[in-house]
Amino acid sequence: MLTAIFAIGLYLAVLVLVVGTAFRLVHYVRIPVPLVIPTTPAPITRTGVVARLFREVVFFESLFKGSKWTWLFGWIFHFAMLIALLEHLRYISEPVWWWIVAIQWIGLYAGIAMCLGLVGLAVRRIVVDRIRYISAPSDHLMLLLLVGIAASGVGMKVLWHTDIVALKAFVIGLIRFDWQPLPADPVLLIHLSLVIVLMLIFPFSKLLHAPGVFFSPTRNMVDTPRERRHVSGWGERTSRRKVMSQEPKSRG
Amino acid sequence: MVKQKFPVPVITEHLQVPRVQPDAMAETKPFVAKAEFQEALGFPGELVDNWQSVALDKMSELLGKYRALPVFLDACVKCGACTDKCHYYLGTGDPKNMPVARQDLMRNVYRRYFTFAGRYFPKLVGAQDLTESVLEDWYRYYHQCSECRRCSVYCPFGIDTAEITMAGREILASVGLGQKYANEIIGKVHKIGNNLGLPEPALADTLTGLEEEVEEDIGIQVRFPLDEAGADVLLVTPSADFFAEPHVDGLIGYAKVFHQAGIRWTLSSYASEAANFGIFIGNYDQMQKVAERIRQAALDLGVRRIVIGECGHAWRVAYSYWNTLIGPFDFLDTNYPAPQHVCELTYDLIQRGALTLDPSANDEKIVTFHDSCNVSRGSRMGSMPGGQFTLPREIIQSVCNQFVDMAPETTHEQTFCCGGGGGLLTDDLLELRVKGALPRVTALKQVVDNHGVTHMAAICAICKSQFSKVLPTYGFDMDMIVSVHQLVGDALVFNSAH
Repeated sequence: MLTAIFAIGLYLAVLVLVVGTAFRLVHYVRIPVPLVIPTTPAPITRTGVVARLFREVVFFESLFKGSKWTWLFGWIFHFAMLIALLEHLRYISEPVWWWIVAIQWIGLYAGIAMCLGLVGLAVRRIVVDRIRYISAPSDHLMLLLLVGIAASGVGMKVLWHTDIVALKAFVIGLIRFDWQPLPADPVLLIHLSLVIVLMLIFPFSKLLHAPGVFFSPTRNMVDTPRERRHVSGWGERTSRRKVMSQEPKSRG
Repeated sequence: MVKQKFPVPVITEHLQVPRVQPDAMAETKPFVAKAEFQEALGFPGELVDNWQSVALDKMSELLGKYRALPVFLDACVKCGACTDKCHYYLGTGDPKNMPVARQDLMRNVYRRYFTFAGRYFPKLVGAQDLTESVLEDWYRYYHQCSECRRCSVYCPFGIDTAEITMAGREILASVGLGQKYANEIIGKVHKIGNNLGLPEPALADTLTGLEEEVEEDIGIQVRFPLDEAGADVLLVTPSADFFAEPHVDGLIGYAKVFHQAGIRWTLSSYASEAANFGIFIGNYDQMQKVAERIRQAALDLGVRRIVIGECGHAWRVAYSYWNTLIGPFDFLDTNYPAPQHVCELTYDLIQRGALTLDPSANDEKIVTFHDSCNVSRGSRMGSMPGGQFTLPREIIQSVCNQFVDMAPETTHEQTFCCGGGGGLLTDDLLELRVKGALPRVTALKQVVDNHGVTHMAAICAICKSQFSKVLPTYGFDMDMIVSVHQLVGDALVFNSAH
């Protein structure tokens, strides 16, 4: 029963996460960008734009300019989460890839760092009057949800160990559509439940910032409007129609 | 000094981030456009009865027309990096002037009507119905944003509040709540050709007067040609350059540069305006219609180059949008970028040694440079990113011996708006303009106190008008603000035997 609930829950969550996010991104792609609006100074080559996005995604370049504390906590949280996610790949790889084995020892510290970063962000959200003003209940709850995931993960590492061999069998079973029993440890069930919630809300929440940054015209456009005529979607149609209609008057 | 009805902020040694003071600027809003001016632009004359559904339809339309809009509305994580970046928040403390909160005025409505979470869990995600009081907030606070893009520099997702403000104003206009100042001006451009409503005879008179004035001044005949077919260069400049101080000294500077370089140039009475307030009200069609006059004038006069005078948003529109709106410019000389900024032209001439300059002519001045927002964050000059910062500075340093930059967090891409940009340069928003100038004025005071700076040069008509008006309220001389090309013009050495 428990195994079935979590198996179905995880299938559903992955489905919603992947399909929901894909729908959103396809939706973005179909909307034109009628004008050239990079925040300048901006790169004048595609390579430069790739580098700009890389710096944005890997170093949070703009946030660093904007707020050192938020940058510090945010960067620690995100990169600790990345490491924790990579560490979790051991549950789906069989045999476990060598580089996943190599980073296993960091997992615990990554989990702790995640918590610290999140607590830092949460404290700022409550203490700084400006950020408190702009926070909705969902903004606080999102941090709570992530702290819950990280803390329960750390908890299983240090206090309430779970049977990770059985857990891995469960995960591999899910992938192969050959369900194996899920260990019924309460902390593990909390951990998995929160992860399911996170995946379910991803496409419908501000978590869309993750893919969104790649679609941001102020960051992903090349600053060459004079060198190359930019036309897209409805902008192209109106431009052509109007420009052509005025041409004959002057040059005959 | 002008007597103010509101307290002028006190300049502190370093800029302070104010505490949140809800509704501090709730009383401030610009006049609503009258029916005749609204209708002239194809908007309803007054607030329509079914404004809510019209507004939501418009919002839905814009969400499908501009990718930036849904991306920006979805992506914000409320990190707060932008909250202390807006000059209007820094000057007023009104939390709705924090960029994210300004966006939230629209984001909350977007969530309510266009997202799953907001439809079913409005309280949880802060979603809000589009009520009358929300609409009023839109009108107030989308007219307390100068679309300067400073916030977008610091946003980890590049969210540009200017895009939200433009969409907000577009929706407001579509339900009948256009802004008087901007919409009347756009009407004048369509009718007469410039923001000031200066007709051809008056313009011709003004230019003749300038020729006489310059001849009296330097003993040389410098021409200010109007509608001269066959000229090489069409100069399109903000109409304030024709008579406002200190703008007109910039125009004289351009004329002297053309004269010494031997470039045949002309102004156009049909396209006697570089400014394009279509960008301010976020209306693509208006922006295109205003821009088309310039293409038409260039074709009619048969010029080979189009050069834009000192105007911030005009340069953004020309540099970033023209090729899309009214391009391609295949009828122009391919040896020059199209369009070209007058600073690019002057810079090239200086590089080639085509101008004789004596910087000691400006020796009584210690000059600093105010980067204008639209030039800094919405355009480029020259062939390299950041040319919009280096070219004007190099020009100034070629014509002035004493140049000092203001604090780095207030210049280049981090520059502060003058406080009057984005269609807010109107006296019904004077309190906002004065308070919004605080960050810039604070940085200015630092270089005045520490380096004896006497003048601040700018390349934007709005900045110049705004500073002339607000500098005195802070105890500075209104003549501190000068055109970059005034400095150039004063340093140009003419052979009097010419």
